[in-house]
Amino acid sequence: MEHYANQYVMVTVFLLVGIAFPVVVLWVGKRLRPRSPTPEKEIAYESGNDPQGDGQIRFNVRYYLYALMFVVFDVETVFLYPWAVAYKKLGLFALAEMMIFIGMLLIGLIYAWRKKVLQWNSI
Amino acid sequence: MQRFWDDPVSWEAAGRYALVALALLAVVIVFVTYAIYFERKVIGWMQFRQGPNRTGPLGLLQTVADVAKLLVKEDTIPAKADKALFVLAPALAFIPSFTVLAVIPYGLNLPFADLNVGFLYYVALSGVTTIAIVIAGWASNNKYALLGGMRSAAQMISYEVPLVLSVVGVAMLTESLNLRDIVLRQEGYFWHWNVFPQIIGFAVFVVAAVSELNRTPFDLPEAESELVAGYHVEYSGFRFAFFMLAEYVYIYAIACLTTILFLGGWNAPFPQLDFIPGLVWFAFKFALIVFSLFWIRATLPRLRVDQLMGLAWKALLPLALANILLTALGIEWLG
Repeated sequence: MEHYANQYVMVTVFLLVGIAFPVVVLWVGKRLRPRSPTPEKEIAYESGNDPQGDGQIRFNVRYYLYALMFVVFDVETVFLYPWAVAYKKLGLFALAEMMIFIGMLLIGLIYAWRKKVLQWNSI
Repeated sequence: MQRFWDDPVSWEAAGRYALVALALLAVVIVFVTYAIYFERKVIGWMQFRQGPNRTGPLGLLQTVADVAKLLVKEDTIPAKADKALFVLAPALAFIPSFTVLAVIPYGLNLPFADLNVGFLYYVALSGVTTIAIVIAGWASNNKYALLGGMRSAAQMISYEVPLVLSVVGVAMLTESLNLRDIVLRQEGYFWHWNVFPQIIGFAVFVVAAVSELNRTPFDLPEAESELVAGYHVEYSGFRFAFFMLAEYVYIYAIACLTTILFLGGWNAPFPQLDFIPGLVWFAFKFALIVFSLFWIRATLPRLRVDQLMGLAWKALLPLALANILLTALGIEWLG
């Protein structure tokens, strides 16, 4: 178990290198690139037209519904993984239990399907 | 046998890992540079064009020139943008893409983080990139960027579900999430690999992975003709390069994962070919997957957004769940 700590060291090292790389590169880039901002350059891009209204517009509520569906099924996978790893030791009873669990979530999916949550009708 | 993962914790070991991480960073940068070149060449050939052929011999320095150009380009931040988040997003997209590479085992003699939750570690960290994309879309204060960011987030979370569920079958067969164990359980030749008993899982995984990578035919978040460039429309210079870099590092990660989870990692396909070192086999399978990704891009047109979401929830998710049931029954009946 003590040796297992080394794996955390390695992950930490990767994380630090991953953070250092963008910091260093962007710092070097700042030394190299020109900087001459004008008000025109700093306008939001809208295919060459002047931007109309605010950029942070209201968007389709469907994205929210997808996020809800995602949370449901992602939590399901959290339960599925320990079950899957131990499955060969657990046997048929565990399979029946998991099928009931998946079945209940499937009912939710079918409900969302029938309610046309999965139907995309605009942007 | 004494392996590097049995080393005691020490500053010396940490220093060695830092060198490994830096070496891997160099490998990844070279991979990204030449993956972009290779992609342009392959797609060029498939369309009866030459591809890049002017910068350096055979155009080999094309991407190097592109990177140098991005590095010296002026960096524009829109006046209305949320500065802190705008600056944070590209780095936040890149950091997890590199950090996931810590767990990839290329062979038993090369160091990697031997985590018992290897695959979950990948899934958890790659989710952070989705957040970075939403942040980029929101912080730009631009309608195209916002819509592109939301689309991208919706797509990535939708396809993450089948992607993760398709690997449950592999976890059931190998009784582990440790990527090293998963390869060791596939020890042997091509009929021992997970790709055959898990053929449905493999198919779902590949489709979901292409979509997770935002690549054609699922590249709606950056659909040039509809959303200009999607979430990174306001980004210029090297901040833009970091989104590009993250995308290609994920290609690297997904190609490694497919090799490990389904194609037997470093194992040779035939007993007669055992004399070729495992690392070469790993690289060969890896290259095959990367080529297939570019091939798909050259072949298939882009999907409509309604078809895209329908595919994830109505086709891939039920298939992935059916695969779990079939795998369970297969284990019961065939042992």
